[in-house]
Amino acid sequence: MSALLDHLPEFWQGLIVTLQLTAASFAGAAVMGLVIAALRVSPVPVLRGIGTAYVETLQNLPLLVLLVLAVFGLPEIGLQAGLQVTATVVIALYEGAYIAEALRSGVNAVSSGQGEAARALGLTFGQSLRHVVLPQALRTVIQPIGNIFIALTMNTSLAAAVGVVELTAAANRVNLLEAQPIPIFVGAGLAYAVIAACAGLVTGRLERRLAVVR
Amino acid sequence: MSNVLFDEPGPRARRRIRIATVAGAIVLLALVALAVRQFAANGQLAADRWQPYATWPMWRYLLGGLWSTVLAAVVSAALSMAAGLALALGRLSRRPWVRMPSAAYVETVRTIPVLVLVYVVLFALPRYGLDLPLFWKLVVPLTVSNASLFAEVFRAGILSIERGQSEAGLAVGLTHGQTMRLIVLPQAARRVLPSIVSQSVGLLKDTSLGFVVSYAELLYSGKVLANYNGLLIQTYIVVALVYLVVNASLSKLARTLEARQPRRRLFRA
Repeated sequence: MSALLDHLPEFWQGLIVTLQLTAASFAGAAVMGLVIAALRVSPVPVLRGIGTAYVETLQNLPLLVLLVLAVFGLPEIGLQAGLQVTATVVIALYEGAYIAEALRSGVNAVSSGQGEAARALGLTFGQSLRHVVLPQALRTVIQPIGNIFIALTMNTSLAAAVGVVELTAAANRVNLLEAQPIPIFVGAGLAYAVIAACAGLVTGRLERRLAVVR
Repeated sequence: MSNVLFDEPGPRARRRIRIATVAGAIVLLALVALAVRQFAANGQLAADRWQPYATWPMWRYLLGGLWSTVLAAVVSAALSMAAGLALALGRLSRRPWVRMPSAAYVETVRTIPVLVLVYVVLFALPRYGLDLPLFWKLVVPLTVSNASLFAEVFRAGILSIERGQSEAGLAVGLTHGQTMRLIVLPQAARRVLPSIVSQSVGLLKDTSLGFVVSYAELLYSGKVLANYNGLLIQTYIVVALVYLVVNASLSKLARTLEARQPRRRLFRA
């Protein structure tokens, strides 16, 4: 137990980096997911193709392969950024594919009669999207996006494998010094569990508040 | 093609679609050109940097790595499916002392990153005298974490079978165990098959953690190769393409299985 308490600053630093990675890459993934989802539901075949290819590629590659490729491969072609920035961008691109799929299934879950009714009333594309389709679509994707957020939090730990000192790496370092694995790894596991529990609580709340009663 | 967002395009919409097609193609080509320029400017397009990947010894080595990846994935999938089924049945049990531990396991393990489990097996267990062989250092953490995911897949499958099925089983005098084994599980197995295949894609992706364990699966083999011949970006791109081909085929299989499922009736007859 004392191993955990003696090294609280290291853990705290690691936790901060994990939270930064999580927040920044989730924001990036949300933007990326929105763009890709828009491409995938567009009436233009070329854009749909680009969206599909993006999702298929990113969902079928291991995140660790992407991280390794970006951290060790890209400097070879003259693209280099800080470790944490690279990790954030890669995680955002990777999780963006999952968010895009969630958003797309949300839009597809709105029955086509809703859109037809909106257009029959003379709403423009933007209006029908804003007042009719999106409010219904976003409500159905709260739970899936919450799950993606939790998976993203877990996945930020992979940044440790390419050298970012976040929570998992910090725990590992402290363990190498103190050699008291049980309290140290249990502590790190608990921290992740708390983040996941908070995310679960927030999505549960949001969903109850916004649920459409049919 | 009319859907929730668009009607059948008229003349103006068709013109806009043509414009967007051209614009999209131009942006795509510009991105590709930029990438090629970046590769060329740093001399990474030189033929002798890609030539090795057209030779058999290189591929024999990488395919050896792929074989280890598949081996780890298959063993871990078999073990975690067995454990997952037990956990799912445990979570649906009527006895609280079986139900609670199963639920606690599933809910806890789902929120712990696999890498933390890998570190525990790598650095914590040896201290307590349990130094597993390399293969199991990768397979054990993957099994521990994927068991909880498979458990949720199986539980959803079992719960999706109509109540009438198990009620009928009980009504003709089968015990609870018999009903589960003879009536519910065979139907649930068929229903969860697509989810199991797509979950296996996730597991196969997780085996890339062999990179951390230094178990010679595909990604770690790629790392060894790249350190040996210095062709970093080429090697990792080839490795990524191998993963892509394998996983995309599995995902395709999952979609085919999904499409072959009988449509659920929306309304009971």
